[in-house]
Amino acid sequence: MTDMKRSSMLGLLVLVIRRDLVLAMRRRADVLTTLIFFVMVVSLFPLGVGPEMSMLRKMAAGVLWVAALLSSMLSLGRLFSADYLDGTLEQMMLAPQSLSMLVLGKMVAHWMVSGLPLVLMAPVLGLQFDMPAQALGVLILGLLLGTPVLSMVGAIGAALTLGLRGGGVLLSLLVLPLCIPVLIFGTGAVEAVSTGLSAASHLSLLGALLVLALVFTPWVTAQALRISME
Amino acid sequence: MLEVSNLACSRGDHRLFSGLSFALHPGQIMQVQGANGSGKTSLLRTLCGFLMPDEGAIIWRGENIRELDEDYYAEMLYLGHLNAIKDELSALENLRISAGLSGIELDEKEAITALRRMGLRGRERLPTKVLSQGQRRRVALARLLASDVKLWILDEPLTALDVGAVALIQELVAEHLARQGMVIFTTHQPLQVAGVEMRSLSLS
Repeated sequence: MTDMKRSSMLGLLVLVIRRDLVLAMRRRADVLTTLIFFVMVVSLFPLGVGPEMSMLRKMAAGVLWVAALLSSMLSLGRLFSADYLDGTLEQMMLAPQSLSMLVLGKMVAHWMVSGLPLVLMAPVLGLQFDMPAQALGVLILGLLLGTPVLSMVGAIGAALTLGLRGGGVLLSLLVLPLCIPVLIFGTGAVEAVSTGLSAASHLSLLGALLVLALVFTPWVTAQALRISME
Repeated sequence: MLEVSNLACSRGDHRLFSGLSFALHPGQIMQVQGANGSGKTSLLRTLCGFLMPDEGAIIWRGENIRELDEDYYAEMLYLGHLNAIKDELSALENLRISAGLSGIELDEKEAITALRRMGLRGRERLPTKVLSQGQRRRVALARLLASDVKLWILDEPLTALDVGAVALIQELVAEHLARQGMVIFTTHQPLQVAGVEMRSLSLS
């Protein structure tokens, strides 16, 4: 065959994202478990601590953020493992474009199936805790900025623990400490708004984390994958 | 084109081979032979850059593949033991995606033509999980048709294939060599390519 069409860098990114989304849609159970886990954990708190409104309002942001953190851990193990087991990851490493780009595509797709649904679900769950509209808005904005960071930092851990037995637990131990800043700024933003201050500083720090993660994590993850393949 | 000099490779503490040197030029084909565990797959994986050799260098067009990196990958194709196909996707989707990953945009018609040549007529749109082992291998091998690279590295390409498919692969290899391509492969089954001298490399 001659004159084959070469795909561009952007074309490749779109290809990887679309592929992972199609795969996720065909294995819908995986996506739903993450979301249901999130809803369950959040809903357990009002049942556990009792229906005292002032207390629930106070802890709402923390509970939602911790639940988001835990449920994002749940889906991280699957980020590379299926591709690793069936040999697709090998082929990705042999792609004539940069592996970091492919990894970025996988991160984006992972966020769209495991992070974005949590963000969309959060307003409903926030109402369960009687969160005021303004605090709810800031919470959503924070989650929107923070959950991609969880996917991206988590990807490094997922790449490092690839192929290890019991990798899931190790992965959480590796990644959770790294996610603490996201948790602090995310809940801090809501806290600030509910005490009448501006959430801008917390949100811009979250934004800065997002930009940093976007720049560094794909490359680091690509290196970790190469190490895991040896 | 492809030159390997003084290559040594080990897995864990076990030295698989050392002092391995050979060169492969356009239009040449080489079979890597050796018993199970003699390092055939490791050699091919080293040639792909997955494994770091203990010693020696792999040179492509005069430059080390470590430095060439993506420029080298644009000119080679590797088919390993694993088929790299997804059960949930159809043969057509699998082929188009794997071609896309190797940087080639394949339209639906081209992909279907390739799959039909691989003997998968009527199976193009079925999810690959309903296909047999040999048919999945054919889907993976369809990548050979959807590529225009110089160097093919094939690890046991004939496993699970029937007589007809083996003949087809021989035909594809012959066509590739006629286009001045290069092939390095391992197999435990006989693979004959008409009109070409089969070089062999024994690992012991």
